[in-house]
Amino acid sequence: MNTQAINILAHAVAQAQPKAASGDIVVKLTDVRRSFGETPAIDSVSLSVMRGEILGIIGRSGAGKSTLIRCLNGLERPDSGSVQVEGVEITALDERRLQPVRRRIGMVFQHFNLLSAKTVEDNIALPLKIEGQSRAQRRKRVAELLELVGLSDKAKNYPAQLSGGQKQRVGIARALAAKPSLLLSDEATSALDPETTRAILALLKDINRQLGLTILLITHEMEVIRRVADRVIVLDRGRIVEEGPVWQVFANPAADTTKSMLQVLIPELPPVLRERLDPATGDDAVVRVRLSGDAARRPFFAGLAEATGIGVRLLHGGIDTVQDEPVGTLFLGLPARDRAALEKAVQYLNANADHVEVLGYVSGDA
Amino acid sequence: MSQAMLDLLWRSFWETIIMTGFSGLISLVAGLPLALILILTDRGGLAENLWINRSLGAVINGFRSVPFIILLVALIPVTRFIVGTSLGTWASIVPLSIAATPYYARIAEVSLREVDRGLIEAARSMGATRWTIVREVLVPEALPSLVAGFTVTLVTLVGASAMAGAIGAGGLGDLAIRYGYQRFQTEIMLAVVAILIVLVSGVQWIGDRLVERLDHRIVKR
Repeated sequence: MNTQAINILAHAVAQAQPKAASGDIVVKLTDVRRSFGETPAIDSVSLSVMRGEILGIIGRSGAGKSTLIRCLNGLERPDSGSVQVEGVEITALDERRLQPVRRRIGMVFQHFNLLSAKTVEDNIALPLKIEGQSRAQRRKRVAELLELVGLSDKAKNYPAQLSGGQKQRVGIARALAAKPSLLLSDEATSALDPETTRAILALLKDINRQLGLTILLITHEMEVIRRVADRVIVLDRGRIVEEGPVWQVFANPAADTTKSMLQVLIPELPPVLRERLDPATGDDAVVRVRLSGDAARRPFFAGLAEATGIGVRLLHGGIDTVQDEPVGTLFLGLPARDRAALEKAVQYLNANADHVEVLGYVSGDA
Repeated sequence: MSQAMLDLLWRSFWETIIMTGFSGLISLVAGLPLALILILTDRGGLAENLWINRSLGAVINGFRSVPFIILLVALIPVTRFIVGTSLGTWASIVPLSIAATPYYARIAEVSLREVDRGLIEAARSMGATRWTIVREVLVPEALPSLVAGFTVTLVTLVGASAMAGAIGAGGLGDLAIRYGYQRFQTEIMLAVVAILIVLVSGVQWIGDRLVERLDHRIVKR
C-alpha cells in the first residue's frame, strides 16, 4: 500500500464530500419488504448505515443478503418500505433518475464481474467514462487507483491474465473510481482463498480508515465480520435477528443463528476431554468461561488464586482480539475435591466474567 | 480447360464474392440491431417490451420459414423497386440480404444472450445508461461470438447464392449447375467444387483467426 497514493485519494475524497458530522446517516432503510412469489426474501428490514463505518451483514445463503444489498442502489426494487440514500428517497425513482444515485455508490462483486474484453485500466475507467470525464482525467485517476490497489504494472493486462485476488483488486479500484460515498461489497471474498481473503479485507479496512469511506459488506463468513466490520447485523430468513458492535455480538451472541454461525470461531471443549466428563464427581471441575472487554483485561488468574486460594489450570481456549477488544472463551480446570473452595471460585468467576458454566468433572490427568 | 472456360470461372467467382459479400454486410448491419432489440425487449431485459419482442420474433420466424428459392421469386417486385431490375447479380443481393438478416439476427441474439448477466448488473450499478451498456458491455463482450456467428452466416450465404442463379445472378453455384450438371462437363463441376471448398475454408479460417484475436476470456501463450 502506497501511503502517498492514499493521501492523494484522501484529499480528493475530502474535496468531493465535505466532512460530515459523525452520526451522519448515508443510507436508511425503513420497513423494507421484498418477496419473490410467496416467499419473502426480506421481511420488514430497517437499518441505517452511518458515515465512515464498516457495517457487516451476515447470514446463511438464502437469508436475503443479496436482495437487501441490491435494494440500496435500486438494482432490486422493494415491494414496500423506504430506502433513503443520502436523504434521497430512491424507491420512487425511475431507472433514469436512479443513475446519478448509483454513480455515488460503488459495488464489488463475488465473481468480480470485470469486462473480459477490456484491459484492467479500461475496466477501472468505465465508471469515469459513464460520468463523462475526459480521456486525460480518466487516465490520471486510473493511475492513482492502480497505485492504491498495487496493480500499476497490470494496467494493460486483461482480467483473464490475473489471479482471483488481483481481479478483486481491480473490482475494488473500479468501485472507488467515481469517488463514491458508499461502497457495497457483495461477498467480495467468498471466491478467494483464505490468504487472499485476508489481503483483500486488509485493503478494504485501509480504504475505510484512510479515505473515511463508508462500507457495507455482506458475507456468510464470521471471519470476514471479525476482521473488518465495526458493526454487524445478523439476517435470518429475511429478518434482522441481531445487531450491535462486532465485539459485543461476538462476546455475547443472543440469537441462535448468531451462535451457530459463530461456532467456527469460538473454541469448543476438545473431544478427548468431553468424552471423559462426569456430570457429578471427579478430581477437577471443567468450567467454561466467556470473557470480554474490561473483564478480559484484568489479571484474572492471579485474582482468582488470591481470592480463593485455588490454582487454576487452562485446559483449552484463549483470548482473541475483535475490533481491538479482547473477547475469548476459556476452558479451566479447577480442583474439585474441596467443594466449598470450588463453590467460592465459581462465584469469583461469575462476578468477573460474562458467562460461567460448570460443564462436568474429570478424574486423573486431565 | 479453354481460356473461355477460365474466364467464365473467374467471372462466376467474382459474382459469388459480390453476392455473398454485400448481402453478408447488409445482414450484419441490419441483423445486429434486430438481435439487440430482441434481447433488450425480452422479459427481464433492459427495455422490456413483450409486445415489440413477440411481434419482431414472429416476423423473423416468418422470413426464416420461407424456403429461399420461394423467397427469391416472391421478392421480385421488391427487388425491382429497389434495384430497378429483378435480374442479375446485383438484383440477387436484395433477396439474399432479406434471407440472411433474420438468420444472423437469431445467431447474434444467442451470442448476446450469453453475456454474463453479472456484467450487465455491474454496469447498471455504476449508473450506466442502456445505450452505454449496449456499447460498452453487451456488444464488446459478445464480439468474439458475434464474429463467429457472422462467419457461419457468410458460409451459408455462399451456399444460398447458388440458388440465385434462378434469377440470372450467375455465380459459382449457377455455373456448376448449368455447365457441370446440365452439360455433363465434369471438369467444370470439379473446378467449381474445388474453388468453393477453398473459398469456404478461407472465410472460416479468417473468421477463426479474428475470433482468436478478439477473445480475451482465456489466457494466451
